[in-house]
Amino acid sequence: MAADTFPKLLMERAKRYGSGKIAIREKDLGIWQSFTWQEYFEKVKYFSLGLISLGFEPGDKIAVIGDNKPEWIIAELAAQSACGYGVGIYQDSILKEIAHIINHSDAKFVVAEDQEQCDKILDMLEDLPNIKKVIYYDPKGMSKYGDDILAHFPDIVTAGKEYEKTHPGLFEKNVESTKENDISWICTTSGTTGLPKLAMLTHKNLISMASNLGKFDHKYETDNIVSFLPLPWVGEQMIAVASSLLFGMTVNFPESAESAQADLREIGPHVMFSPPRVWENLCASVQVKVMDASWLKRAVFNVSLPIGEKWSEYKFAKKTPPLYFKILYYLAYFAVFKALKDRLGFSNIRSATTGGAALGPDTFKFFHALGISLKQIYGQTEIAGISCVHKDNDINPDTMGQPIPETEMKISETGEILSKSPAVFSGYYKQPEETANTVIDGWLHSGDAGYLTPEGHIVVIDRIKDVMSLIDGVKFSPQFIENKLKFSPYVKEAVTIGHNRDFIIAMISIDFGIVGNWAERHRINFTTYTDLSSKPEIIELIQNEVIKVNKGLPENARIRRFVLLYKELDADDDELTRTGKVRRHYVEEKYSEIIEGMYAGMDSIKIDAVIKFQDGKTSTIHTVMAVRNV
Amino acid sequence: MTNNRVGDEVILKGEQITLSFGGITALQSVDFSVKKGEVFSIIGPNGAGKSSMYNVINGFYHPQHGKVIFKGQDITHLKPFQIARLGIARSFQNIELFKNMTVLENMMLGRHIHIKYGLWASMLYFGPGRKEEVKHRKRVEDVIDFLEIEHIRKKHVGTLPYGLQKRVEMARALCLEPEILLLDEPMAGMNLEETEDMCRFIVDVNTEWGITVLLIEHDMGVVMDLSDRMMVLDFGESIAEGTPDEIQKNEQVAKAYLGDSEGVFLGR
Repeated sequence: MAADTFPKLLMERAKRYGSGKIAIREKDLGIWQSFTWQEYFEKVKYFSLGLISLGFEPGDKIAVIGDNKPEWIIAELAAQSACGYGVGIYQDSILKEIAHIINHSDAKFVVAEDQEQCDKILDMLEDLPNIKKVIYYDPKGMSKYGDDILAHFPDIVTAGKEYEKTHPGLFEKNVESTKENDISWICTTSGTTGLPKLAMLTHKNLISMASNLGKFDHKYETDNIVSFLPLPWVGEQMIAVASSLLFGMTVNFPESAESAQADLREIGPHVMFSPPRVWENLCASVQVKVMDASWLKRAVFNVSLPIGEKWSEYKFAKKTPPLYFKILYYLAYFAVFKALKDRLGFSNIRSATTGGAALGPDTFKFFHALGISLKQIYGQTEIAGISCVHKDNDINPDTMGQPIPETEMKISETGEILSKSPAVFSGYYKQPEETANTVIDGWLHSGDAGYLTPEGHIVVIDRIKDVMSLIDGVKFSPQFIENKLKFSPYVKEAVTIGHNRDFIIAMISIDFGIVGNWAERHRINFTTYTDLSSKPEIIELIQNEVIKVNKGLPENARIRRFVLLYKELDADDDELTRTGKVRRHYVEEKYSEIIEGMYAGMDSIKIDAVIKFQDGKTSTIHTVMAVRNV
Repeated sequence: MTNNRVGDEVILKGEQITLSFGGITALQSVDFSVKKGEVFSIIGPNGAGKSSMYNVINGFYHPQHGKVIFKGQDITHLKPFQIARLGIARSFQNIELFKNMTVLENMMLGRHIHIKYGLWASMLYFGPGRKEEVKHRKRVEDVIDFLEIEHIRKKHVGTLPYGLQKRVEMARALCLEPEILLLDEPMAGMNLEETEDMCRFIVDVNTEWGITVLLIEHDMGVVMDLSDRMMVLDFGESIAEGTPDEIQKNEQVAKAYLGDSEGVFLGR
């Protein structure tokens, strides 16, 4: 029997490796605690039986909310092994979103990490009529809760062991009965508009995607990965669940979100897939460290980096650099890049990929300069995350690479990217009309505008609805300009506007940490984010960055005016999706006052705004924003 | 908040404590009793003698009159290290950590009263010294996990922000495995979020680990929320002892704070 579902794969792995190979590591109490494939398998088995003993029936759903911990994927696999499935919820979701996902998915069981997440669920229990049990795995602070609906994770495992005594062979029978076309998991789509949609992915979707991707981007059973990105995201499912089970890679879970960077370095993963935001942050953190370094180190870095960037240009153009340049690069590599790679935790990295949104070419170049072969991945949640990737020796930062095996791609008459593969999902949960609009004759409509290069690479211009033109007909891609702006370490987020307008404007939110650091070094006093972004010196600083960006833009599509926003764009305020993409239309609506003011030629705009916190509290901000011309 | 967490046994008792420095009387015949498992707060205006009270409890000062009794034993004239060994740990109003040592080192130091190996054993890499070190590290890691300071484990204390240093100081006190934890203004200088975190930690230390907590704090919202009972000091005298409700209604207390009995001073 070929293992065509995740429970079967897990069972096969456990048989093949037994106690001889590590499946999962979790850093706990300062030590990397390991679980072999056999232990992993047993946990899944008994948790699965435990769920059944609580009344989990075939076709039932669970919802999982929490940081990345082994229990997260154990719960996922356990639900699948009990012939059910479930949905992951971003741990920083606000109550409204959580309630929507739990109710809409009909989840009966919730696996919630800790007190914080349990509190969220318990607070809205009245609005969640289907919930039978809330299972937590971090018992800290939970002892004073007397609620019957709560259960501790290990107790369910124990219950599962008891249940096996009366129902021997049930688990194996259940695993046997899973089929490749069964739903394996629901991934919430980032939903740049409105509430998240629930995309149902089958075992076949995820497994075929992982195996096809593996043909272009090889993975081995000796590989380590670090799971630190939210597991509800399809990208993390693809690596930490699908690929790790298929290729037998070891998944490592960091101790806490704050220590992820240090833990990553301790592991030194071989494979890493992250959205642009992570790569951008890494790049920015290096730039900041360089600013703080001694002049000698700074000088060495500033000499080495251009050599590295030149090296990546040779690589992108698929040219062999002359011998003298090779020597120069290796000098720079051993002087700076090797140590830098180690500091970032990338000493062992073989497969580094980015996806989920576009990554600026400058950031791309930066990592290639370090000798990290960063590749672009393109795909949607609806196609299990991936349809295109760069091949190892065919990297072009302007494209998304080529379709992976078994994947067909074409451009529709309207310029939309369409794709077809065994990984195309089976539909949105309880939204057949939406499904029918997205998958037509087996072709998945991405909503992205793009074209094919003569070499067969896919190029994504932008979301179809986001490609814009000025009133004089000049077309521009806001995302392209925004990515250029975001390459500046001082800029956290940027939104450009100009559709059917006379010129392009930008709203920029600064990076509080880095700009704050800069301000301290220049002896500028500030209190809050709002205060900092209204300082003339800071506006001046950003203005210089905007001028730099403008130099790289065509004359008629340059940023003419900009403001610094009084707050960071935030997913809690619905301005970003949970994966960190700007919800452009929402932002435009929300800040319409500012935008109109900027086009009306005002030099300062008064703001009275309400901001929302994760727990639902609100507070108001009064400030005046200065508009600058460039 | 009252449940089986708080027992009837009096764990710490002060009897007629009087402490004076030359002509100044810091504490005047103060009586109090703390039950096992309680959160007991000491409040009062500046200079009322709150920190002096702590210094008497942990043996830093010795009162001229009166007794401090811990679990039936008179500890009035013991030295601070002897009292620590009995199970009374404290954190300070002004942070007293080794700034040039890491968080981990500071915390391991907090284990010193439990370390049994001698000088010679400590010089060897193998043997009982190592075994014990591992045991202590385990306890330290439990505390790190509990107070959520994993990410700063190896950072030097001097480089940390103030709020975290406060947390590290509490962590070090917990490494002693105390029965009673004396906290001196743990929330001073913290923002709202840090205060809420600290409250959660205090509640957890009390409920999860069953440690009796003595608390000096100026943030009345926090004190009223967390405490089972409290004592009010004014010019070295205890003017009231009781539950937060009783204290809020006590006119003498209002007077000590506001100068007269008008107004609701202790509301949130």
